[in-house]
Amino acid sequence: MPKLEPYNKLSKGFDVRLICYYLALVLIGWITIYSTCYIPDGSTPIFDFGQPYSKQMIWIGTSIVLAIVILLIDSGIIQHYAYFFYLFCLLLMILVLFIGSEINGAKSWIKIGGFSIQPTEFMKVATALALAKFMQEGKTANQRRYVWLAQFALIFIPVVVALLQHDAGSALVFFSFIILFYREGLSAEFLVIGIIAAILAVITLWLNETYSIALITLVFIGFMVANRTQKKKLRRNVIVYLACIAFVFSVNFLYVHGLEPHQKSRIDTIMGKTSDPLGADFNLNQSKIAIGSGGLFGKGYLHGTQTKLNFVPEQSTDFIFCAIGEEWGFFGTLVVFGLYAALVFRILKLSEKQRNPFVRYYGYGIAGVFAIHFFINIGMTTGLLPIIGIPLPFISYGGSSLWAFTIMLFCFIKLNDN
Amino acid sequence: MAQNNSNRYYIILGALGLLLALYTFHLFRLQVLNKSWKTKAEENAIREKTIHPARGFIYDRNDSLLVYNDAAYDLMVVPKELRNFDTSELCRVLDMEIVDVRKKIEKAKKYSGSVPSLFKQQISKEDYGYLQEKMSEFPGFFVQERTLRTYPQPIAAHILGYVSEVDDQDVENDSYYRMGDYIGKSGIEKAYEPVLRGVKGKQKVLVDVHNREVGPYNNGEDDVVAVPGTSIWSTLDMQLQRYGEELMSGKRGAIVAIEPKTGEILCLISSPNYDPNLLVGTARPKNYGKLVADPEKPLFNRALQAAYPPGSTFKLANGLIALQDHIITPSSVYSCSGGGYHLGSHVVHCHNCGSLNIYSAIQRSCNTFFCRAYYNILSNRVKYKNIDEAYTAWLDYMSSMGFLQQFNTDLPYELKGRIPTAEYFDKKYNNSWNGNTVVSMGIGQGEAAVTPLQMANMLAVIANKGYYIRPHVVRAIGKKDSLNTQFSEKVYSKIEPRHFETVLQGMRQVVTAGTGRGAAIPGIEVAGKTGTAQNPHGRDHSVFALIAPANDPEIVIFCLVENGGFGATVACPIASLMAEFYLNRKVERTDLEQRMKEMKIK
Repeated sequence: MPKLEPYNKLSKGFDVRLICYYLALVLIGWITIYSTCYIPDGSTPIFDFGQPYSKQMIWIGTSIVLAIVILLIDSGIIQHYAYFFYLFCLLLMILVLFIGSEINGAKSWIKIGGFSIQPTEFMKVATALALAKFMQEGKTANQRRYVWLAQFALIFIPVVVALLQHDAGSALVFFSFIILFYREGLSAEFLVIGIIAAILAVITLWLNETYSIALITLVFIGFMVANRTQKKKLRRNVIVYLACIAFVFSVNFLYVHGLEPHQKSRIDTIMGKTSDPLGADFNLNQSKIAIGSGGLFGKGYLHGTQTKLNFVPEQSTDFIFCAIGEEWGFFGTLVVFGLYAALVFRILKLSEKQRNPFVRYYGYGIAGVFAIHFFINIGMTTGLLPIIGIPLPFISYGGSSLWAFTIMLFCFIKLNDN
Repeated sequence: MAQNNSNRYYIILGALGLLLALYTFHLFRLQVLNKSWKTKAEENAIREKTIHPARGFIYDRNDSLLVYNDAAYDLMVVPKELRNFDTSELCRVLDMEIVDVRKKIEKAKKYSGSVPSLFKQQISKEDYGYLQEKMSEFPGFFVQERTLRTYPQPIAAHILGYVSEVDDQDVENDSYYRMGDYIGKSGIEKAYEPVLRGVKGKQKVLVDVHNREVGPYNNGEDDVVAVPGTSIWSTLDMQLQRYGEELMSGKRGAIVAIEPKTGEILCLISSPNYDPNLLVGTARPKNYGKLVADPEKPLFNRALQAAYPPGSTFKLANGLIALQDHIITPSSVYSCSGGGYHLGSHVVHCHNCGSLNIYSAIQRSCNTFFCRAYYNILSNRVKYKNIDEAYTAWLDYMSSMGFLQQFNTDLPYELKGRIPTAEYFDKKYNNSWNGNTVVSMGIGQGEAAVTPLQMANMLAVIANKGYYIRPHVVRAIGKKDSLNTQFSEKVYSKIEPRHFETVLQGMRQVVTAGTGRGAAIPGIEVAGKTGTAQNPHGRDHSVFALIAPANDPEIVIFCLVENGGFGATVACPIASLMAEFYLNRKVERTDLEQRMKEMKIK
């Protein structure tokens, strides 16, 4: 059992910049949530605990308490209970499958009294911790053959549970740990395979499987001709060729049979295959209108028509960037982008400097989580990606996500200090 | 395995940085370069509504309301904002066929995607209330308030005119109008359209995603306030108008009554008429079609648009001209014997009146006297070189009394009447004609055809002893006492005032001892003149001209009842009853009144 640190060590070397970025993002978040609830006739008092912005104040307050507690405890505790935390969150996620309540089609919430918590949000930080711990132990235990498999397993278990909850967005987030693996030596081939798979998937969904197969066949013939003298390579080519075709068919199968109709239509929209701005694409179209109509400097705080008049759905949570884009314009976009870039790059830089590999693993893990949240969220609100409901860290309304991201960041700040 | 991979830190930084740059560029394009989103946001949230001002009211001369407005609601559609809605529910509420709903939407789409189109006109108050609650279920639709004309009394349809939707021509002529607007199409509604319509306002309102109006856009700073239409006071006496219409029921014809001192039309009746409420609202097209198809032609305004032979009432004008041209003096005597005025084989019949002066000639309506007088006017070679000059001079006298012209005041379409020119007769008779050729015009027959309004105006000239004020139907605009002075100019005839005394005296005798004794009203000095206008299409028209009180005229009435026979039998009592009603505000001859109201003339 690790000992508690003496208090006088507190704040000696905490990274002030990260704390500043955190506070700035949280503040922007609250201001924007207030704006999304604002009613022009003046009936928007600051304290109205039926309103998200007032509730968010509670979440922010408790998050800061959480942050201080994390900064006060021994960093050893964090490391020590990493697996326990992982298992606890996993159990909660599984529990949700049985007793959870459904919000927006995903059964990923547990209702306790008047509040709902989403264990998946906490699972992200738990996975980052467990993975870091496992990788550190894996390295010392020198069981390299099984290490990679076990590491992937740590990720895939929550992915599967999230998928069972119909929470595809969260499931996707766990893939961000690839960044960590890549940094720690995952063969670049994996990434090449990943990129090729992504290209094939896009072509299959964009055009259709015939085009993908035609393309693969063309490339295959090219390789066969180039390698015609090397028997070994020929055999490998055939295997790769068949694997590619199998992949294309499985993508197609998954698209046709595995996706809900609304998910399919979201993909079709992004691929430009369908356009139905008044029907299925209404939300995306309104979201783009909100952000696009912001211009260079926006319509002014509390003056966004798209958000005030509820054209944008889920505008305090997943689509909160609409309100920022509409009311603060491209200027607001730059500020938010800048803060996230600063946050992620700062974490990466500090991780790289760390002599303790555990902290580096953890840092890379959470940097990936922040980055993927940012890119998916902004991408979906601006029409670059299909609509996948995940929050914008620190800004979106919601207690679970704010708490989880706060824990995630402050564990790093604490660990980094040691 | 970690240390040798530290270069990957830079690859990761680079990849993330590249992605971030791509996103930044994407956002720059979306927010700064592409301006179309701004328009789309405005189309989403801002609805420009036209505020249709209430049309001005129309009162009668005694402050009684003739026309006011009722609220009406039009259902509008903005095709761009349409989303899937329960078509059958809308059909049920509006009582429409699904096919019609689709057609209307298609039509609106063709007109414009983002400009509201009229979907259904004048939905009922109940439907309005229901739809207002359910508006969120019908995105793209909204209800616009309009006003509808309402007439508390079913009278004066011809003179009030009607309001209807603008046509392509109206929109082209005046940029003020948009399709679906209303415009005065006839009568006072048309003549005073710019006054009555007011000024349309514009209002930008914010509409939320549920198609609910949530408030003004930009605090209403871009809004234009609608200016309500100005009310006007008509010269009509509503009660007299209604009384006249009752007297004329079952008969065809016209009555025009004028206050001579002011040229104000007290009533203007064309019978048969129609209830102006028929031409309002959604029932309008159907009713309009019915009225057009009616063989009795109720839409036809006989008072202004029918040219009748004036009959003996025309003798008044000819007598005045004869006096003015010194053809006769008040004491000149013509003899009437042998059954009338002989023109070779043709005889203008009369009753062997014996020798008479102009007073008696008017009193007894002597054809011979006025034929002679008319012949002598046209044969006056002392003053005029030839028949053309003499006839043209006569025409000149006539037009100085208001004939042969439109008054062009604020009345609906007026006929000029038909009295041929000298050239016409030159051509017709190959330059060989004289006073006798056209002598029937001397007694109001033959080629002369004038409108009841012109005849009433001639009576005003007599009543005013020499001048008239162009007859008009609007007294005041905006305030009851702000008099409409645009028509107040006195137009003098070419007849000296003293001659009118003579004619008035003759007319007085008509009522006291002549052909129009039925016009006498106890306690009022009535002057009058009967007329029996021959009519090639059937029975004679019954005509009566009335001035009362004779010493200080307050009202002149010209009444013509088609196929009514002798002037004394129908037109005379009607005109007399109206004068009594107007001057005494009550009628004591109730038996006569009852008889005239019930009389039907086919």
